[in-house]
Amino acid sequence: MSMKDLEKRMVTGPDGEQFEVDPMQDYFCQEPPKVHKASSLKIWEDFLNWARSESLWILGYGTGCGAIEMRPLMTPRYDAFQYGIQWRPTPRQSNVLVIGGYMSVKTLKRVVRSYEQMQGPKYVLGLGSCTINGGMYWDSYNTINRLDHYLPVDVYITGCMPRPESLLAGFAKLKKLIREGKGEGQNKYAENFEWYKANQKKIIKNWDMPDYNW
Amino acid sequence: MKALLKDLKKRFEISKVVQQRPDEVFVTVKKDDAVALITHLKTQEGFTHLVLLTAVDWIEDGKFQLTYLLNNNSDKQDIGIRVMLDRQDPVMESIHHLWKQAVTYQRELKEMFGIDFPNSPRIDEPFILEGWKDIPPYRRDFDTKQYSEDTYFPRPGRETHDPSEYMKKKLYPEE
Repeated sequence: MSMKDLEKRMVTGPDGEQFEVDPMQDYFCQEPPKVHKASSLKIWEDFLNWARSESLWILGYGTGCGAIEMRPLMTPRYDAFQYGIQWRPTPRQSNVLVIGGYMSVKTLKRVVRSYEQMQGPKYVLGLGSCTINGGMYWDSYNTINRLDHYLPVDVYITGCMPRPESLLAGFAKLKKLIREGKGEGQNKYAENFEWYKANQKKIIKNWDMPDYNW
Repeated sequence: MKALLKDLKKRFEISKVVQQRPDEVFVTVKKDDAVALITHLKTQEGFTHLVLLTAVDWIEDGKFQLTYLLNNNSDKQDIGIRVMLDRQDPVMESIHHLWKQAVTYQRELKEMFGIDFPNSPRIDEPFILEGWKDIPPYRRDFDTKQYSEDTYFPRPGRETHDPSEYMKKKLYPEE
């Protein structure tokens, strides 16, 4: 992605005809994200929350050191699949983003794009102490200290790195949160969109994406 | 190794020799002779493996020290070539025509220290830092802690539990 890709240009279609394309208008959403209210029928909302909690599909994006702790979960010993947790290749098919470990500025730009492309209701799990207060890399010029200023985090899992059992406990906590109706990360992002965006733009200096990447 | 050093001293102006281990030696040469020495070592003496290319910031002397580490796999020898560059204007000849992997090392040094290697391919492409406008971060006059406190919101309440401090307070509370 570069600024060149976002300008208007002439494109040749598959059947040879030329047409004009305006990527900001045609490919990306024009409005900022909306707040999605819960359903008014409590029993229906409870059923939906149960369904959401039992099928958490994670985006298969290993952002940092935490990626290595997610791999044992696919093996028979720790088996996350029994809890309905699977890894999906694209953000369009996932609803949990696991931020594993430290987050450098370069990764943050890609993670923000992936997060905004996920379908709601979406949740963010912060793995390790680097997401909480910077962890081991707290005085580094390239890693962020507090993840919740850039993305809305639902559950933090402490450790450096947490063991796979801690990860499963974190998922259990996330499920409990969702069942109680408190998995509101997406709405928090939509309500405070300008604040999150200002924080992101403060550190990502070569911003060459649209503001909202849906 | 001794024979090799004697031969090199005859051909090139080597100012300092440091023998770290029986099979590892560091020689310091001037900037103009460095590439010639490296080419000679690669082609004639069998040091065909470039292990790494790093830099050290001697801020007190006002110099950057580049270290090229070469390895001779058949004789199992290591030789490190140190080149001192001026800190105000650090420019060095590129060696990407000898080893292609030097391109990546030179890109990293340009971004992190500011040492320029003209004519190296892709030298100006950002390596890890995108959109970096400050001074190159590996230099010793860059305060990374201060930068981190200013840009990334530090979470208050960070404390350390140093065992020696704790035991000192416990055993000698009056001090």
